[in-house]
Amino acid sequence: MDQITPPLVSVRNCRQAYHKDSSADLVVLDDVNLTLHEGEIVALLGRSGSGKSTLLRIVAGLLKPTSGEVNWRGKPLKGPAPGVAMVFQSFALFPWLTVQENVELGLEALRVGKDDREERSEEAIDLIGLGGYDGAYPKELSGGMRQRVGLARALVVHPDLLLMDEPFSALDVLTAETLRTDLIDLWMDGKLPVKSILIVTHNIEEAVLMADRILVFSSNPGRVAHELKVPFTHPRNRFDPAFRQMVDDIYGIMTRRKAPEVHAAAAPPNPFGHALHPVGTNLMAGLLETLRGQPYNGRADLPALAAALQFEVDELLPLGETLSMLGFALLEEGDILITETGRHFAEAETEDRKEIFAEALRTHVPLITEIRSVIDQRSNHRAAAVRFRDQLEDHMSPEYAEETLRTVIAWGRYAEIFEYDEEAQQFGLEEEDEEEHEA
Amino acid sequence: MRNFTPPALAGHRIPNRFDGAALLIVMGLLIALVEVGRTTIGTPIAQIQNTPIHLDPAWLPYYALRSTARMFVALLFSLVFTFTYATLAAKSRRAGMVLIPILDILQSVPILGFLTFTTVFFLHLFPGRVMGAELASVFVIFTSQAWNMAFSFYQSLTTLPADLQEASRSFRLSPWQRFWKLDVPFAMPGLVWNTMLSMSGGWFFVVASEAVTVGNTQFTLPGIGSYVAVALKKEDLPAILYAILAMLVVILLYDQLLFRPLVAWSGKFRFETTAAISGPEPWMLKMLRRTALFHTIGEMIGGVFASVFRLRLSFRQPGRMDETSEPSRMIDGIWFAMIAAVAIDAAFHIVAYVSATLHWQDLFTALLMGVYTAIRVAVLMIVASLIWVPIGVWIGLRPRITRIAQPVAQFLAAFPANLLFPPVVLAIVYFHVNPNIWLTPLMLIGTQWYLLFNVIAGAAAFPGDMKEAIANFHIRGLLWWRKVMIPGILPYFITGALTASGGAWNASIVAEVASWGRHRLVAQGLGAYIAQATSTGNTPRVVLGVVVMSCFVIFFNRILWRPLYAYAVRRTTLG
Repeated sequence: MDQITPPLVSVRNCRQAYHKDSSADLVVLDDVNLTLHEGEIVALLGRSGSGKSTLLRIVAGLLKPTSGEVNWRGKPLKGPAPGVAMVFQSFALFPWLTVQENVELGLEALRVGKDDREERSEEAIDLIGLGGYDGAYPKELSGGMRQRVGLARALVVHPDLLLMDEPFSALDVLTAETLRTDLIDLWMDGKLPVKSILIVTHNIEEAVLMADRILVFSSNPGRVAHELKVPFTHPRNRFDPAFRQMVDDIYGIMTRRKAPEVHAAAAPPNPFGHALHPVGTNLMAGLLETLRGQPYNGRADLPALAAALQFEVDELLPLGETLSMLGFALLEEGDILITETGRHFAEAETEDRKEIFAEALRTHVPLITEIRSVIDQRSNHRAAAVRFRDQLEDHMSPEYAEETLRTVIAWGRYAEIFEYDEEAQQFGLEEEDEEEHEA
Repeated sequence: MRNFTPPALAGHRIPNRFDGAALLIVMGLLIALVEVGRTTIGTPIAQIQNTPIHLDPAWLPYYALRSTARMFVALLFSLVFTFTYATLAAKSRRAGMVLIPILDILQSVPILGFLTFTTVFFLHLFPGRVMGAELASVFVIFTSQAWNMAFSFYQSLTTLPADLQEASRSFRLSPWQRFWKLDVPFAMPGLVWNTMLSMSGGWFFVVASEAVTVGNTQFTLPGIGSYVAVALKKEDLPAILYAILAMLVVILLYDQLLFRPLVAWSGKFRFETTAAISGPEPWMLKMLRRTALFHTIGEMIGGVFASVFRLRLSFRQPGRMDETSEPSRMIDGIWFAMIAAVAIDAAFHIVAYVSATLHWQDLFTALLMGVYTAIRVAVLMIVASLIWVPIGVWIGLRPRITRIAQPVAQFLAAFPANLLFPPVVLAIVYFHVNPNIWLTPLMLIGTQWYLLFNVIAGAAAFPGDMKEAIANFHIRGLLWWRKVMIPGILPYFITGALTASGGAWNASIVAEVASWGRHRLVAQGLGAYIAQATSTGNTPRVVLGVVVMSCFVIFFNRILWRPLYAYAVRRTTLG
């Protein structure tokens, strides 16, 4: 695309890494490119932890990338850019300011005069459907109304670029839908005082519903796995077969296996190399039972399943991936299939389930095996959690390390592979196991 | 850092007639103490035999030990008081109506004001023996700890979740079992936090209550406070420095061995379903938890307590709640009449006692002095806020510095400021400056740290998404302070300011009068008024001074701090 005016934003070879004292960098974003032109809505779609919010903050100038270049209107970006306004997932309203004061705050920072300020804030408040709420404090408003304030606050400064960080995910389904429709209507009517919108979401339908272009992120490290153009005109119909097909395709892309991980004969898998999703055992059992039964009979379409169970992709995908990692299910092009072991597990009684689960953990989760063997080697059969956390942190961010450790503790406890003493932060053995050892 | 609400702020009660009754009852009791002491024993107060205090630093460890022991004896009494008084107030509606206002008044009475009353009482209780003096000192420390702890416990008891109460009833726990299985564990985080804060504040009074002169009665108990008093009299500067050093060591040990482990430990009783963000485990707690020997000892002690707590100690089977029965109006009426009678009687005695020797003129003088001290406190608070708010915010927004500064501020708050008075007094004497102005900062030396560490906590708790919004909308400079930061830390600031100003009133009794050898510096004010009346043994004047000061403190709490705090909390929280 040859344009005389430079693109609004261009991000080149952007890389964001987390420095762990001495060891290798932990990469959040790797080699990401993004160009944003005037007049388009672009969605960054990915799972939590895929670095899409990080990219949004880099574009906003709130975060400096480890390497790579970020240009705003053709010039390198240094610090928060003027002409960029952000809408937050948590709204980030100031509770001590009224709706009007919240909206005016950005203008005050720009040193807009009082009369002008009042006129523009009035305009934004009316545009976004908040008329009459001017004097209310945020706590008096519902979630949907709060996010409208967040929108008005961003629009009132007439930004060139509107950044939205999962703006509707803290709202209930119906409210979110209303806000989405209102926003798109204003955009189509040319009433929004913005040139372009960049929206971060983990909701596939939301992306297909709103965006002209979708960048699908893969996680760990975050990369742009796919770029799709959405060919539909507004207003879009989510029951249109072509629309459904596109949603299905994106599910397929997001569940597609990464390049097969070669941990065959060459080297034993590193037990600390993989983050685990914090998925509870009850949830796994519940999904397997559902899959086994009517109407799915062992195979389900992910979007349909997500709709039926009222799950977000963000919840369903980690669950599916965990089941597939444990050998209880398979993910295939947007479908999930139960395996023989999975069927066994779903049909078993409590005690048998624990044994099947323990077996699956021993085979597929080297971290569990590693922890158990360390405990077994110790004369007092206790091992501090710190050492495992440290080793995990060599390979992932502290948050992931913590989450992985929590998950492993929950799974290990359920399978009765080890005990955990929260207060001493130590792994141990159950008493009977310990006695066996002594004998 | 957790945010804590000082008990004086936490209640949402509006002033009512019970407060007036409570004030009268408290004062009446204090006067009765003096009178009982004087009339029952009646012997002229003999000079207590004083153990001489050695200024040789080799004695300091022993003195430090004695001072610390007093602190812990007082703590024990405070715990017993908390468990009984607060439980009674929470479980009985009628008792609560009187006990809680009394507690509220008690925590507004300047702690050093108690000294006069209790010293006379305890000395007469054990005439001529050190025991009386020891008890008088312990009682002062007790008064600096107990009210706060009792309030915290009472608040926990009145906010017990209904489902836990129902569960304990359905398991047929006896009142004794329920107390240890539900009431105490639920109250634990608040109680531990308040206890630790009270103890930190208590060092000040340990030092102040060891060497006391009330009229012609005086005693010096072996301890760091007496050591300093003697050093002051002998103009021995090195000795004072040794004392400061010894105190630093004591506080450091207390902080590391007790404060931090206990507060971290009490976190496990926190009634929250989400995991709290916990800091690193204090080394002492780690050692206790991980070391096999300590672990075994702990289990043994815990086992003994557990079996005591399991006893039923009750003959009555827990019955069903009867929510239909209304409290009897007649008994209520009798109860109110009794309270009124006691209050009127107390009022009569106070008037009789004070009017026997005092004139309206005295009341006027005391009020005027109160205004002087009030101006001092106000000016100090403004100056301290201008200094510490920017510094605290700067620190609080930088997590790495916060981690270092926060414990230091807490540590400094525990350090008894009266040990730092002598160098300042020396400087005033040396430079011949006006004591009316230059004695003033002494009032806030000890308590300004509450301001600092609350502001740090407030800034550190400022939500991350709001910080991003601030950066995104380019909010800077004055606008940033006015619209964002000051409202954001307001509840924390008020919490700190209330504690600091209350402490300043208290400290005025020792800060407005200072001496260095034969030099004696006096600043005009209510603190000096009380201090002088105390040292000349003019009890009616002390009563008057203490009443006036209590009224000032209550007035400021009710008119200024409580409404401000309620406003700040209402405005700065969502939902």
